[in-house]
Amino acid sequence: MKENSIVNRYDVVVIGGGPAGLAAAIEAKKHGAKSVCVIERDKELGGILQQCIHNGFGLHIFKEDLTGPEYAERFIIELMESGITCKLDTMVLDISEDLDLQILNTYDGFMHIKAEAIVLAMGCRERTREAVNIPGTRPAGVFTAGTAQRFLNMEGYLVGKKIMMLGTGDIGLIMARRLTLEGAEVRAVLARRGYPGGLMRNVAQCLHDYDIPLMLRHTIVKIIGKERIEGVLVARTDEERKPIPGSEELYECDTLLLSLGLIPENELSKGAGVKLDPATGGPVVNESMETSVKGIFACGNVVHVHDLVDYVTDESRRAGKSAAYFVRKKLKENGLLIKTEPGKGIKYIVPHLIRVDNLNKSLQLFMRVREVYPNSRLIVKADNEVIKKSRKMHMTPGEMDNIRIDPKILQQRKPAILSVQVKREEE
Amino acid sequence: MYDIAVIGAGIIGTSVARELSRYSLRIALIEKDNDVANGTTKANSGIIHAGYDAKPGSNKAKYNALGNPMFDELCEELAVPFKRIGSLVIALESYDMEKVEELYNRGLANGIPEMRILGRSEVRKMEPNLNDEVVGALHAPTAGIIDPWELAIALAENATENGVELLLNHRVTAIEKLTDGFDIRTSASGIEARYVINCAGVYADEINNMAAAPYFQITPRRGQYFVLDKNTGSLVNSVVFQCPGKMGKGVLLTSSVHGNLLIGPDSEVLDDKDNVETAAHRLLLIKEAAARTATGIPFNTMIKTFAGLRASPSTRDFIIEESKETAGFINVAGIESPGLTAAPAIAEEVVRLLKATAGKLKKSDDFNPLRRKVIRFMELKDHERVELVRKNPVYGRVICRCENVTEGEIVDVINRKAGATTVNGIKRRVRPGMGRCQGGFCAPKVMEILARELGRDMQEIVNEGKESYILSGTTKGEQDYEGK
Repeated sequence: MKENSIVNRYDVVVIGGGPAGLAAAIEAKKHGAKSVCVIERDKELGGILQQCIHNGFGLHIFKEDLTGPEYAERFIIELMESGITCKLDTMVLDISEDLDLQILNTYDGFMHIKAEAIVLAMGCRERTREAVNIPGTRPAGVFTAGTAQRFLNMEGYLVGKKIMMLGTGDIGLIMARRLTLEGAEVRAVLARRGYPGGLMRNVAQCLHDYDIPLMLRHTIVKIIGKERIEGVLVARTDEERKPIPGSEELYECDTLLLSLGLIPENELSKGAGVKLDPATGGPVVNESMETSVKGIFACGNVVHVHDLVDYVTDESRRAGKSAAYFVRKKLKENGLLIKTEPGKGIKYIVPHLIRVDNLNKSLQLFMRVREVYPNSRLIVKADNEVIKKSRKMHMTPGEMDNIRIDPKILQQRKPAILSVQVKREEE
Repeated sequence: MYDIAVIGAGIIGTSVARELSRYSLRIALIEKDNDVANGTTKANSGIIHAGYDAKPGSNKAKYNALGNPMFDELCEELAVPFKRIGSLVIALESYDMEKVEELYNRGLANGIPEMRILGRSEVRKMEPNLNDEVVGALHAPTAGIIDPWELAIALAENATENGVELLLNHRVTAIEKLTDGFDIRTSASGIEARYVINCAGVYADEINNMAAAPYFQITPRRGQYFVLDKNTGSLVNSVVFQCPGKMGKGVLLTSSVHGNLLIGPDSEVLDDKDNVETAAHRLLLIKEAAARTATGIPFNTMIKTFAGLRASPSTRDFIIEESKETAGFINVAGIESPGLTAAPAIAEEVVRLLKATAGKLKKSDDFNPLRRKVIRFMELKDHERVELVRKNPVYGRVICRCENVTEGEIVDVINRKAGATTVNGIKRRVRPGMGRCQGGFCAPKVMEILARELGRDMQEIVNEGKESYILSGTTKGEQDYEGK
């Protein structure tokens, strides 16, 4: 796509053209932002969806079972038709607190852009071997699952024939199946905890259906091989996920795939002075997905890692709409402000703050639990009063939970704090 | 026949080759691996030591003191980042102050300038993030930091620009003395040279033994490190050592020249000269030791750990001499710490030794000491950025998002002399893959650029060594599916 006229000022600039950025941009335009610009570092829109050629996308949003590229395409077509500017193959180098962006590409060169509002939608990155500190040599053949996915699905190359996998994130599970279909032998998938990190449906469809062994409570304590990986030492783990000495066993392999979780990528956010939540690794946001910096919004995996793209779309629509409202000065900045607080068993809650006057129909709180909870309840309290109980058959850190709150209750009770905790049924 | 064969393209071999390229000589720089700086040079602390550690009168003391002041001009000529940030040896107990004084006196004997012994309050003023227990310290402002592989790569490039022939993938297997020189057999081809300079690092004893009787051994002594994310380096303002002890010079804490915090090393004698594995229990010891220097080390921002091997000589001192048995064969061996600091002075000494045995050397008329700077886009000012991309649009594409490295920078270091041919070769030259994602996002793009620029297939691109293949084939095509 050619960028003919150089415009240096936009109502809303969206950073990232993946599912979050696409939905936010479309929604910002729909709700009255006059000029919207999406900045995407890759050569095409769609983000990581483009390498997710498996199905299972769109079940909530479209009530259809789509592949990643199909899901992305629906938004890309809508975006193209709505008069939104796209800058592809373009990197944002810096954002200042007064919403000045430094951008770089081969066709505009280096330039500054001024935005009235910014939506952060940069997504996340994968945790590496080094981030979890696996000792041993540093041979070729150790890939994060997403990198391997890019090589296979975007570039058409295989990464190895005899595969070991550490970690049970969703991308990893899907890659175990994908590599099997390409004729590789996936020897085992190891989970350091007693339960898998990804969705149960992926464990069933990607491992069980293909007879790939899932070894719970195991980890890798050493990588072996000088130039290309030749094997890994596998050990059992104790309750604290620490390897048990003496339980090591050698597994030969020519490839190690890592699926150890995702980390929101917030280097740009930090540069702009956006406050982050250590529990999510993403910005602290309010009901409108606005960050601690006025006029900077955030959505998708840059805020917290989602399991389903459908939820990313929902959240990003809210961010885009809010950014447009902000530009049109329709976003309320005062009034009752409630803090959310993760209680017992809850790792985090998004949003972190609620300005009640901006709520219309209902408020949805998204959260993850700290461990596996079979047959339990989520208890919501406004200050010390229980305002909602929700029965959950099975909660696991690998699956995001959510709960809806009626804004009227908040308006009536005007609590300072809204907390959620887990209660086991027998307690 | 070559006039000179330099064996080993680490920091010593490249320094020697570049120094010799000032003269009208035909020089071969022979390296077993597929890139320069691939051994000890790529995995050490990167400190330009002030020079108070070594025993007065030793080669280590002499060449450290001579080498340190040479770095400003050398790095200026070669356009290599170098920062003289000074060093502190801190005392954590009152009895450590005796050691600090001992080092101070050694430094005086070695002729080290500007050293001072500081009390607690002065140390705290200089380094507010150190632990409260610090009693005092030795301050040596002439110490500095550098990326050792960047320097070796720059030296190799400048040497080859000045006519040195770099022979990669040539592992020396045998050396035979001829009447007027040497026949060097390698894994690739035979090389004849009048003089041989042995700069083979941990293998220097084996190379010596091919040409002369054994008279020293090199023992690999492993050290391990942590590297934290960029901008963590600001935790300390200088290189902070603990008092020397069993672990070598004492675990240090320093910013790298690129702003990463570097923590390590330990010291462990091994018998395997290729063993650069990291080990969990050793890293834990380093972590604990470093916590005595500063408690606020942000280990949660860790980018990687690594291990390197020191080439420790049985003589306990640098061996820089012509073989007594084999004339024309010069050993530069056992160059462990402070070898990086000593390298430029050692290179000058090698020229003196060569003149002593070969007679007068003729200076080359067209030696150019300057190396073209590698443009780092992020270090440019706004108007320079605009100008650069206008002239060369390939600088407008960011390949590495963690370190913001552009395609222009990558293409540049592939197409230079002694240029990169591997993914890690690119990483060491311009840093894609050095950051938080460790190459997860940029490695496929870096491979594409390498394949394009070198005219190779993607599948031929290796990570580091010749056997370190990354891709194992292509995915199934339509023809692979039944019914098609």
